[in-house]
Amino acid sequence: MKNILTVENVCKNYGNFTALNNVSISVPEGSVFGLLGPNGAGKTSLIRIINQITLPDSGTIYLDGEPLQPHHIQNIGYLPEERGLYKSMKVGEQALYLAQLKGMSKSEAKKKLHYWFEKFEITDWWNKKIQELSKGMAQKVQFIVTVLHEPKLLIFDEPFSGFDPINANLIKDEILKLRDEGASIIFSTHRMESVEELCDHIALINKSNKILDGKLNNIKQEYRTNQFEVGLLSDTKEELLKEINSKFIVENSKVASFNNDLRLLISLKNNETSTEMIQFLNNKAQITHFTEVIPSVNDIFLKAVANNG
Amino acid sequence: MGKLKLIIKREFLAKVKNKSFIILTLLSPLLMVGLAMLIIFLNEKNSEEVRKLAFVDESEQLAIIFEDTETTKYVNLTELGLDVAKSKTKEFYYGLIYIPKNDSLKNLSKGIAFYSEDTPSLSLLSEIESKIEKKIRNLKIEQLHFDVEKIKATETNVTIASENFSGEKSSKIGSLLRMGVGGGFGYLIFMFIIIYGTSVMRSVIEEKTSRIIEVIISSVKPFQLMLGKIVGNALAGILQFIIWAISIGLILTIITYIFGIEAANSGPAMGQMNPEMVQQVQNSSVSDLQLVLREIKNLPILTMFFSFIFYFLGGYLIYSSIYAAIGAAVDSETDTQQFMMPVLMPLIIAIYVGFSVIENPHGPIALGFSLFPLTSPIVMLMRIPFGVPWWQIITSMLLLIVTFIAIVWFAAKIYRVGILMYGKKPSYKELYKWLKY
Repeated sequence: MKNILTVENVCKNYGNFTALNNVSISVPEGSVFGLLGPNGAGKTSLIRIINQITLPDSGTIYLDGEPLQPHHIQNIGYLPEERGLYKSMKVGEQALYLAQLKGMSKSEAKKKLHYWFEKFEITDWWNKKIQELSKGMAQKVQFIVTVLHEPKLLIFDEPFSGFDPINANLIKDEILKLRDEGASIIFSTHRMESVEELCDHIALINKSNKILDGKLNNIKQEYRTNQFEVGLLSDTKEELLKEINSKFIVENSKVASFNNDLRLLISLKNNETSTEMIQFLNNKAQITHFTEVIPSVNDIFLKAVANNG
Repeated sequence: MGKLKLIIKREFLAKVKNKSFIILTLLSPLLMVGLAMLIIFLNEKNSEEVRKLAFVDESEQLAIIFEDTETTKYVNLTELGLDVAKSKTKEFYYGLIYIPKNDSLKNLSKGIAFYSEDTPSLSLLSEIESKIEKKIRNLKIEQLHFDVEKIKATETNVTIASENFSGEKSSKIGSLLRMGVGGGFGYLIFMFIIIYGTSVMRSVIEEKTSRIIEVIISSVKPFQLMLGKIVGNALAGILQFIIWAISIGLILTIITYIFGIEAANSGPAMGQMNPEMVQQVQNSSVSDLQLVLREIKNLPILTMFFSFIFYFLGGYLIYSSIYAAIGAAVDSETDTQQFMMPVLMPLIIAIYVGFSVIENPHGPIALGFSLFPLTSPIVMLMRIPFGVPWWQIITSMLLLIVTFIAIVWFAAKIYRVGILMYGKKPSYKELYKWLKY
């Protein structure tokens, strides 16, 4: 698959502090790419380098196959984590100004702004000043300004902070729609559940180093633990527990049972398969529940950071 | 280039559309003219007030000099004697002039006294003194049998016209004019730098605190943004100055039109002077006006004009980029104090040095500070009307250009790093580190 963005061996130091140490990532075209990492890991440094706000000390960045150049600004839309607008400027004026800075002509920007304003049902805000709007309302305007020039690559840094659940959903749908229309999206966040919902690919950065990247499904495969959550109905619970314990590794599940069955997390020991486990359990008791425990992005995140730490 | 123009336009409009800017621009000329009018008005009211003075002239020789004028009325109380006159004055008049009886002209000036409730103003006393002195002098001249008219004819008014070796004439009026023009230009630059430099700084801080900065610099280079800000604010400032100049001129014209001759005659009341003096004053003022015109012609106008533009631009660009860097380094305006002092120092020193420079425009202090780039825009401008050797102007300009490039380079670096830094109260050490990022 073609990559819209390739970052090769990028290093960045601030004085004695290393912000990025030899980081490489590839963002496939038409994907939502999750850039994850704890606070201060180097995510924002990397994003700023991609946006040409700062220059890398070494390394190369390719946008759509070309080494990054000033004119590429027009092909990138960036919604920073630290975001705001001129407080005493009118919404419409301000949106036009920012669009023109991105290289759009005034008439084109006006046309597209009207389209988006109607879509978000905010046309009557045009002549309001930002200071008259709530934080969430201002964020909507910012989102529009970010995507207005229809960039090939969109970078969202914590896009949902400051939105209520309804508007967060609206924005999430818009992001997915933009992907379907052909844009590629880099999505930086701490909120793992949104990663789960949105991202096809992820990269994990910790302490200036990339420690993990790839397709989300593949990573989940890699991090599977062959653990299964099982529900069993039996009259002799204690005996049953002993027998299972002798054959497998057993933990108590955190999920509470609603019909008084035995809830366990069972891990395979050696070379057994899940089929063998089911057969074994089926002989001993009635199975009410059986699922493989798939690690959440949150688990993977915590585990990877702990291993790296 | 297109983006720079967009930024300049936005900065200019943001500044110009600001309510406080509009109010300040429109009200300042009214306030200034109003204040000036008030002072003139009060002065006139003051001098219009008629003061009643009583006098007791026991010598019987000086009574004739106390003629009523528009502002002073004299009442002769000689017949009442000093003591009664005193108590009467206390009741009805502002003060009492007492001239004791004297047998000879020689002693006439002795023992003259002035009695009043409060302390009389110096000008009133010296007015009376000079009246009496003049009369006694005339009396003495008569006693010596000199012809008063002939002696008057010997009086002359001398104005020394000095000239330098290359033939340029200079004069006292010229010097005053040079001081005025130089000081005015210097002060104008000083005011402009402080007002609009601070305005650039505020605008940078606003972008930082509203957090729009990262959105903007993902579209334009930080240096472009800084430059656009500086130019946009300067244009707004120039517009404000032009509006001020035009509206003050307009208001003054309207006022002189309405009050017509009154305003023109508001100088020291001509009626008080005798015709001879009026003649003299008119003569001298005509020749003064001619002198002033001649002096204006003699000023190095072209040099002054171009150097004003050059030093104005140089000074403003240097200081406003420092202001921009300060704005970028801090999180709020309250944090700017520690950086403001070192910036204001050279400006204030320049103004102080400037005022001593116009006393001695070619001394070593004048030379030094007019070459030093942080003070040269003000000090050199103050010197130029007095004529400055070309090599000094060129050296000072070159130094200014070099400093300008260096400072803008440093400021841009600090700006670039600073605008993305939050929560840190920067020290000078920190700023030094930023230069290496």
